[in-house]
Amino acid sequence: MHNVLVLFRREFASYFATPLALVFIVIFLVLAGAFTFFFGNFYERGQADLASFFEFHPWLYLFLIPALSMRLWAEERKSGTIELLMTLPVTLWQAVIGKYLAAWAFTGVALLLTFPIWITVNYLGDPDNGAILAAYIGSFLMAGGFLAIGACLSATTRNQVIAFIVTVVVCFGFLLSGFAFVQNFFLSWAPQAVVDAIASFSFRTHFVSISKGVIDLRDLLYFATLIGVWLSANAIVLEMKKAD
Amino acid sequence: MIEISHLSKRYGALTAVDDISFSVEPGQVLGFLGPNGAGKSTTMKMITGFLSPTSGTVRVCGHDVEAEPLAAKACMGYLPEGAPSYGEMTVRSFLDFVARVRGLSPDKRRARLDDVIGRLALGGVLEQVIETLSKGFKRRVGLAQALLHDPQVLILDEPTDGLDPNQKHEVRLLINNMAKDKIIVISTHILEEVDAVCNRAIIIANGRLLADDTPQALAASVPSGKLDDFFRQITLGAAPAPVREVANA
Repeated sequence: MHNVLVLFRREFASYFATPLALVFIVIFLVLAGAFTFFFGNFYERGQADLASFFEFHPWLYLFLIPALSMRLWAEERKSGTIELLMTLPVTLWQAVIGKYLAAWAFTGVALLLTFPIWITVNYLGDPDNGAILAAYIGSFLMAGGFLAIGACLSATTRNQVIAFIVTVVVCFGFLLSGFAFVQNFFLSWAPQAVVDAIASFSFRTHFVSISKGVIDLRDLLYFATLIGVWLSANAIVLEMKKAD
Repeated sequence: MIEISHLSKRYGALTAVDDISFSVEPGQVLGFLGPNGAGKSTTMKMITGFLSPTSGTVRVCGHDVEAEPLAAKACMGYLPEGAPSYGEMTVRSFLDFVARVRGLSPDKRRARLDDVIGRLALGGVLEQVIETLSKGFKRRVGLAQALLHDPQVLILDEPTDGLDPNQKHEVRLLINNMAKDKIIVISTHILEEVDAVCNRAIIIANGRLLADDTPQALAASVPSGKLDDFFRQITLGAAPAPVREVANA
């Protein structure tokens, strides 16, 4: 636990040691705002809720989270620091979890900085703040899912651009399977059970269900499993291919 | 104590390290010599537990590196090839990070940081970001990181690469000063360095251990009496090595 904390702190601080943190947070906030007001018709809907804000989070994450996760392990490989890290007295799991949690906490910071929209909607009307909190939790869990995929794929290469592109593609798959048009495509020939299974793989299905204000155990379990599986894969990839 | 027995590493059809056995006692400074691609770095990566051997075992301070990696790693300091470090960190925060991972108590941490900063003359660059430092300073930061916990065993992969002659001299002095009760393994292809700091030399080529003796004895075995000539002769395979080959099997 001590080692996880030490690794976490180093990794977390490293975001703020470079312009990365600033650029990421500013772009995240600008895009989140732009989507909410221009595409989400925040005002025109005339409802005191943040549905138009959260609706676009999956799409924001699709491009921004891989940009964050691509460096996690690819950079360690490129710079050779993976050799330093793996010869320090830390276990592989401590390294995987410490680095992952740092990236996740960083997205949490970016998400928390969207609080003005919450103040705005409370100023304009009388929203269900419980539902908003649930949606924030759902969004944070979804970010964790994207990040776990990105962390694993980042460990497969020393090239950050490859890590980015592959992560976007895989995350796109996890996102798309929750949309009606994808399900309709399968519905025409596959049994309902298969279609449901495909839908249940999607971030979006579970995010939407949480953001309605109901934190269902199944949704939590989904994200916990997803993160656990991808981080295990991350550790296995590192174990199999430490050098190069 | 480092005990290496029948260590091999194969990548597919390529054998990088081929059945190497030797052991190193406290007080020995072992120079690990060989042409590029001989398997020096691969052997060092296996000693430090970064790579897993295909076969054979490595024991450091009585701990099997594969079975008890944390205990083995705790008693080793390692400078990897190229002295990698986290470029975006300052020297101070990087060394502090390593000291924390090494589990040093706050008092010990302060004392050890002061010690290595003094030894490697890093006082002037403590608040500087590592990636802005010169090659020589980066190498010294890597050395400082390896020495932080005052380890019993030091594994240094080309410790003086990229240093100017004065800095080389400093590092050699540093190694000599520490040599008494520690085990130090350094890889190099600078043969004068072996004369300067090592009391034992191992030559490997194509993954095989070819010679193992004091540098003086190795040099004396060729007519010219020069380690260079012995090195060329044995690694190019021009003639069978006229030395007693030591194999600690």
